[in-house]
Amino acid sequence: MNMIKHLKRSKPNRSKGGDFGIYFLLIFFGLFMAFPLVYAINSAFKPLNEIFVYPPRLFVQNPTMDNFQDLFVIMSKSWVPFTRYLFNTVLITVVGTAGHIIIASMGAYVLAKYDFPGSKTFFSIVITALMFNGYVTAIPNYLVMSKIGWVDTPWAVIIPAFAAPMGLFLMKQYMEGIPDALLEAAKIDGAKEWRIFTRIVMPMVKPAWLTLMILSIQALWNTKASNFIYSEELKTLPYALQQIVNGGIARAGVGAAVSLVMMIVPITTFIIVESNIIETMASSGIKD
Amino acid sequence: MNFLKKYLRKKRKDAAISWKKAKSSKTYYLFLAPYAILFTMFYIVPVITSLCLSFTYYNILEPPRFIGLQNYINLLLADDVFLIAVKNTLLLAAITGPIGYMAAFIFAWFINELPRYLRAFAIVIFYAPTISGQVYLIWAIMFSGDAYGYINAFLIKFGFISAPILWLTNPKYMIMVVIIVTLWMSLGTGFLAFVAGLQGVDKAQYEAGYIDGIKNRWQELWYITLPGMKPMLLFGAVMTITQSFGIADVPIALTGFPSTDYATQTVVTHLVDYGSIRFEMGYASAIATLLFITMILCNKVIQAMLRRVGT
Repeated sequence: MNMIKHLKRSKPNRSKGGDFGIYFLLIFFGLFMAFPLVYAINSAFKPLNEIFVYPPRLFVQNPTMDNFQDLFVIMSKSWVPFTRYLFNTVLITVVGTAGHIIIASMGAYVLAKYDFPGSKTFFSIVITALMFNGYVTAIPNYLVMSKIGWVDTPWAVIIPAFAAPMGLFLMKQYMEGIPDALLEAAKIDGAKEWRIFTRIVMPMVKPAWLTLMILSIQALWNTKASNFIYSEELKTLPYALQQIVNGGIARAGVGAAVSLVMMIVPITTFIIVESNIIETMASSGIKD
Repeated sequence: MNFLKKYLRKKRKDAAISWKKAKSSKTYYLFLAPYAILFTMFYIVPVITSLCLSFTYYNILEPPRFIGLQNYINLLLADDVFLIAVKNTLLLAAITGPIGYMAAFIFAWFINELPRYLRAFAIVIFYAPTISGQVYLIWAIMFSGDAYGYINAFLIKFGFISAPILWLTNPKYMIMVVIIVTLWMSLGTGFLAFVAGLQGVDKAQYEAGYIDGIKNRWQELWYITLPGMKPMLLFGAVMTITQSFGIADVPIALTGFPSTDYATQTVVTHLVDYGSIRFEMGYASAIATLLFITMILCNKVIQAMLRRVGT
């Protein structure tokens, strides 16, 4: 009788005290994690007389849109029109993400499903590449770029983004879950490899390429590209916005509005595709 | 002699088989080609170039000049700042690495206990520091050295201190600030992998465990959950080690570059210093090579340790 009651509850060994403790800790640390974000959101809406009040207050008393208006005024007076910066960043993000998804998926598909000489070695090299530090590759990367002639063009940022190791890794781990029988049935029906790839595999791995999309957007949206891009009309949005923040005390309110604007895009895209990301990550383990 | 001949013959036969296999899988190579070419050009070639440059003296304006192991000798024996940087990096890695890793797992485990909608909300809150890019600069405002800094104002208001503390420029406090901010940012891709992995552990094993008499959640964690998540734990460990050895953005943004008395100099900030300010690429490449070798060794050790979890 007791055993049946136990089997009915999903987790019978949860004490009330333990549950309470967990909620308490989660709320406490959740506040710690969210604190700077709450501060950023509040500061963006504070009028100037509240930013420098002493003792400093966290929450805004009279929210206004002044900071955003000032932001547009400043941006419209810049030497290069503001929309150009936005366009550069959007171009880098969109092209980089699209290319990354296609190229990484193609590579991951053959690494996951087929065994050919060199595949395992290549994959272990890619895992090792997950450990590279950005600075380690930045110094010679500049030399490679200048030899190819891509310095001062957006390609210097876009093309290396196509080959990010994390994308290949996550995609391959996810594709390993596709049943082989499906692919064999397609082959029997006479499909060529490319057709199998585009018509069968890619729709099935939707969570994985949504995850790749998010990770790529996160990385490319925030890139300053200051290593490679020097001419003013090719600079990206984070660079332009950082120049505003560097304007000092007078721009404190506008700086807060700027951080809010930069934060919105990655966070919104993350919220939209969150469940897909979790599903992709479920297969991301390194099996030994 | 006979053994050597047999060995060579076997190797030749293996190579012939591989060659035949490769010829029949031409399309697969074509699929992999774009990625492989780009990856080699932008990830492998720079690392190998860096390795070669570490044996030269190279200042970008002149062609590299071969000087053998001189860079390494200078680095290990004659560079005081490098030793400080290594001490700081090891300290930061030892504290933020394991604590960040365990915190990511513990929070993923706690969040897993919540009902579904709360879970999605909590994931966004806990992952937000990582996605939002530059938000850690807000901590520079929090810890600001004048009385307007939030922490200073809070402490002064409650009477703990009477004058503002220079959190970001006083060598005594700088390391603590960097540790706190790094821990704040440590719930990254590893955290997502843990959340996903926890949902994927086989439910049947839990029920078998309850029948067999598992008394509380801690036993359940050690005997069932952790062994079921070993692949995720390995992935999280690789990510954490990479991040903790590469801590450089946070110290530069918060405490300045260079920091007072080099109190928060880490190996990577040292690398950036020599590479982009003094233009001694050979020296910077030597630092990068040593860092890379250290990370690989650490990864091997950690993976060996994680294989024994749950047994």
